[in-house]
Amino acid sequence: MNKLIFGRYIPGDSVIHHMDPRAKLLLSFYFIGIIFIANNWMTYLLLFAFTFLAITMSGVKWSFFINGVKPLIWLILFTVVLQVLFSASGGPVYWHWGIITISRLGLINGAYIFCRFVLIIFMSTLLTLTTPPLELSDAIEYILMPLKAVHFPVYEVALMLSIALRFVPTLMDETEKIMNAQRARGVDFGAGNIFQQMRAVVPLLIPLFVSSFNRAEDLATAMEARGYQGGEGRSKFRILKWHARDSWVTVIFAALTVALIFLRA
Amino acid sequence: MAITFKQVDFTYQPGTPFETKALTDINVTIPDGSYTALIGHTGSGKSTLLQHLNALLKPTSGTVTIGERVITPATNNKDLKKLRQHVGIVFQFPESQLFEETVEKDIAFGPQNFGVSEADALKTAAEMLDLVGLNQDLLKRSPFDLSGGQMRRVAIAGVLAMKPQVLVLDEPTAGLDPQGRLDMMEMFARLRHEQHLTVVLVTHQMDDVANYADNVIVMDGGRIVKTGTPREIFKEPQWLVEHQLGLPKTTAFAQQLIARGWQFDRMPLTEDELAEDLIAQLPTTAFGGATTHDE
Repeated sequence: MNKLIFGRYIPGDSVIHHMDPRAKLLLSFYFIGIIFIANNWMTYLLLFAFTFLAITMSGVKWSFFINGVKPLIWLILFTVVLQVLFSASGGPVYWHWGIITISRLGLINGAYIFCRFVLIIFMSTLLTLTTPPLELSDAIEYILMPLKAVHFPVYEVALMLSIALRFVPTLMDETEKIMNAQRARGVDFGAGNIFQQMRAVVPLLIPLFVSSFNRAEDLATAMEARGYQGGEGRSKFRILKWHARDSWVTVIFAALTVALIFLRA
Repeated sequence: MAITFKQVDFTYQPGTPFETKALTDINVTIPDGSYTALIGHTGSGKSTLLQHLNALLKPTSGTVTIGERVITPATNNKDLKKLRQHVGIVFQFPESQLFEETVEKDIAFGPQNFGVSEADALKTAAEMLDLVGLNQDLLKRSPFDLSGGQMRRVAIAGVLAMKPQVLVLDEPTAGLDPQGRLDMMEMFARLRHEQHLTVVLVTHQMDDVANYADNVIVMDGGRIVKTGTPREIFKEPQWLVEHQLGLPKTTAFAQQLIARGWQFDRMPLTEDELAEDLIAQLPTTAFGGATTHDE
């Protein structure tokens, strides 16, 4: 569980680290959207060049991104293989057996899907690696603000989000600790058949739930004691600032979009 | 059961960008039947070392010999169960490991994992409850209904029920009231003599080290910086301060007396020792003779 790179934050001092989290979040989503504009090798080349440039600018080591793709590689290959084997025939057919057809179009589509997956994972890994979780939750709160008009509990959702993010590492430590304590009492995690494995999880899950309840109760008491009465009417300690660089990056993304539309077949 | 570390290094998350070295070149033996105290300030690697004692962690390099069993970096995770039965670890705040419906079942959980029949395990559970000083009518209660101190005792009973030969205690008295603390430390000392246990105690309480331990290992920055008897370790107060450690209350008091011109042949560790030394030094005329003085 410690090997998980996806979703971690690596402190750094690049332009991308200093960008406004709102800009980063929205532009990441926007990027995932414009990936689907690309439909020939020129456009994909442009997108890859753009992603490589962004990653180089962030100063984060390449190994992080490769490790980010690793856990998903089987899913990607599975999708690509399905696409290659079962896509409707188009162009010259290289091999045919029953319902399985390998055609030129299928191969091309498979390659595109692979590129899309890699681009999406690289860009979202870049977002999480360069943005502290709390800044992300601030950004989400800001972006959700318009929903207040339809009585969506924005403050509450934002609070839950930041508390949840704050307690992820704590709960992971706790899990590790309880696992070790139960191992020392003779529990074999991950051994035996599926039913034995499921039974072995009980001595881990129950203490985890119990400690989460206790933690929630303590935290709620501590928050009330410090005067928390709900989200309405609170001031903010961390204030998000939109800088010129954020506008520039937005302009670059717009230019990228124009170039993509221009290059697409 | 003796435990020997030979050139043990341990690194967390090796090969990742988050790798941190926790233990460096550990060479030490915890003798059979000893009461060993493991001290060192926070983050010195005590808990990492402790998890090597029953192969929850395996060394990144070097070997750990636990009784007959040799643990190397290549040791398979399977069939470590037997080893874990012989080395019982009471982790910090062990009450967080309770999960069964009743106290009795929770204590019996460990032995049952090691193949003891349910009837025998439940019988052991009742005995263990006595041993940790809890009332038998708690047996059928839910562990979550108990007070913090009682939960701690139940958790410790659950480890003792496995009948380990080595008992490892990671700050067993943290967060307990003074009486609970004393009871628990006395209980461990008694168990050690009755069942010939090897005890390893991780603690920040220097008084406990002075009162109970006969062997001390001092850690700093993932290395072992000193081993010896408590008297040897507490002999040099300046050295301890340098490694961010303290003195037992008695020894600290003796140091103040030394500063005012008193002299001690040995460094007194316990209150009894200090009292003896002081009585021996008091002018016999002052209180009508120190020899008739009550203890």
